Amino acid sequence: MVWAKMKFPFEKRVKLAQGLWLLSWLAIVGGALNFCFGCFLKTEIRRRTEVMDNSNIHIVPNTLIVSGLAAIGINYFAGQICQDALDVGRFPRWKTFLKPYCCCAIIFTSLTLIGVILSFTMRSSLEGSLQVGLRNALRFYKDTDTPGRCFQKQTIDHLQMEFRCCGNNDYRDWFEVQWISNRYLDFSSKEVKDRIKSNVDGRYLLDGVPFSCCNPSSARPCIQYKLTNNSAHYNYEHQTEELNIFVRGCREALLSYYTALMNSIGAGVLLLFLVVLASLRYLQTSMEAVIGQENTEIETEGYLLEKNVSETIVEYLNPVMKLLLLNQVQDGLVKAEAGAQPE
Amino acid sequence: MAILKVTFTKTKRNILAQALWVLNWVSVITGLTLFSLGLFLKVEIQKRQEVMTNEIHMVPNMLIGVGLATCSINFLGGKICYDCMDTTAFLHWKLLMLPYIICTFFFTLYILVGALMCYAMRSDLEESLLLGLWDAMCYYKDTDIPGCCYIKHSIDLLQMQFQCCGNGGFRDWFHIQWVSHCYLDMSISNVVDQLQSNVEGKYLTDAVPFTCCNVHFPRPCIQHQITNSSAHYNYNYHGAELNLNQKGCRQALLQYYTQIMQFVGLIVLIMWLFELSVLTCMHFLQTSIENVLRLGDSESESDGWLLKNSISETVQHNFNIIKNLGKCYQVDDDPNIDVSSTSRQTQEAIKQRHP
Repeated sequence: MVWAKMKFPFEKRVKLAQGLWLLSWLAIVGGALNFCFGCFLKTEIRRRTEVMDNSNIHIVPNTLIVSGLAAIGINYFAGQICQDALDVGRFPRWKTFLKPYCCCAIIFTSLTLIGVILSFTMRSSLEGSLQVGLRNALRFYKDTDTPGRCFQKQTIDHLQMEFRCCGNNDYRDWFEVQWISNRYLDFSSKEVKDRIKSNVDGRYLLDGVPFSCCNPSSARPCIQYKLTNNSAHYNYEHQTEELNIFVRGCREALLSYYTALMNSIGAGVLLLFLVVLASLRYLQTSMEAVIGQENTEIETEGYLLEKNVSETIVEYLNPVMKLLLLNQVQDGLVKAEAGAQPE
Repeated sequence: MAILKVTFTKTKRNILAQALWVLNWVSVITGLTLFSLGLFLKVEIQKRQEVMTNEIHMVPNMLIGVGLATCSINFLGGKICYDCMDTTAFLHWKLLMLPYIICTFFFTLYILVGALMCYAMRSDLEESLLLGLWDAMCYYKDTDIPGCCYIKHSIDLLQMQFQCCGNGGFRDWFHIQWVSHCYLDMSISNVVDQLQSNVEGKYLTDAVPFTCCNVHFPRPCIQHQITNSSAHYNYNYHGAELNLNQKGCRQALLQYYTQIMQFVGLIVLIMWLFELSVLTCMHFLQTSIENVLRLGDSESESDGWLLKNSISETVQHNFNIIKNLGKCYQVDDDPNIDVSSTSRQTQEAIKQRHP
């Protein structure tokens, strides 16, 4: 008993083939977009690799790239099949190829689906990675003379200016880190000595932030030192002064950027692939009934599955089960033999 | 005696027509590219209009015009070439062909002028930027005056994006008051001294805005008391390179726009050569098809040429045509013209009365 049956007169079959041909080319474009987007996401993540702790997030762009390439190949063949579908002489050529092709297409469409789901679920992993990565990067800001860390200052400055953010959670993170290198501190000055003594670890901490935290939209020239001291600056109130420096933390800024990128991809493309797959199946089944008939313009039936869903799943799983069961039978025989021998 | 005569068989003519059809469509695409480049340049100039005194809109407008005209001319050319493959269809276009080719020839001259203008824009731009940047820097502090409130933001973004400082260099900021009076504490004696020491009562210091800071420098930015070596630890104003952007914004912007213009100018020159060659081939095609029609047999060979006679004869022939254009309304002693007898008698009577 077939599942999802539809009747197809000759004109409807022709329209289905034409529509499917167009859809398959659209899907090729969609696959190409998917691929390009995956590459773009990968490069964007690579650019900020210094502020990320682990590279688990790379799975999302990798999935997108693979599914994009596969989609291009699959839909190209779908287009070729459509072109040959209406010519009864050329269609049988594809007959043996179609079943494995449909399986492949289902696998890769589910891969795209997995990619879309992953891009939603990887958010928490990304957040953890950024938290640790940014904290380390802030600590190494001053180490411009240490090999391996000398570009951290540049990276963080560019990041803060580009994403209009300051620090990890917010600008106060800079108060807890020594971001001025000892090379530029005058240890003979009383102020420096006092600050270092007042700190347990002997670090020079101050209520100031680097210049890259400054907001260019501010109406007044940037105040970056003595931020919490209202009397140090004329007409300045620390609590109400919003625009002077960026208040958003870089972790939040980066997280929302990457989440927006990943969310904007999948659903439309996935829908397109599903429609192409279903239409191709209908076309194949309706054309199979025409092969061998004298009158090619008869009405035929098309369906999605030959038997209903549960029977089809059982049918596909049987070969897999047989493989496992065969092993079990063999194990059983071996055990029986081993058991028989000692006796 | 024809100049550059080439003999065309029927297949050769068809191949030429097909090739020209393809080339015309390629030209349409280059025309679209040129149009989009003109739009891009217009947008780029518009973005920085606050730092220019008079915006240079002539060059991008010209590029847009050339792009659109190229599209339409080559679209028409493509249609003509498509019809040239069939000699009966060509008859529709017969009268239009020569004017079309002459028009396109003058249009190619216009393209050449455009390409040269791209290279000549630099001096205008430099002057415009010099004055414009000075004005903008003077209004940097006026964030509370309507009309000027976004200048600070624009200059800050400009200095960050192009990694530049000031007009010619960072010292320009020393001659301008860029800190607004709202943020100056008049009760501090330093501030009052600074204001009084200046003729115009401006607050001038050796400090620069934070956007002048060089991101690539290992030391946290020093933006105040720049000329005072003793104000900062381990700092020598006259010694090592400073932690500010060394390039002036005028030079940075000029470099940026000159690069764009050179690229665009090169593309326009290549397009000009391409258009000229397409035009020449179309003229060959036109003359060969006209000769075929004259011979009457569309399958035979025919000659195509650049000019029918030598250059001097062609020039004289055209000059005669222009000279005779004015004579069409004069009454000749041409026996074919029917002049009624009464009008002739009236003319003679008038001549007798007024000798």
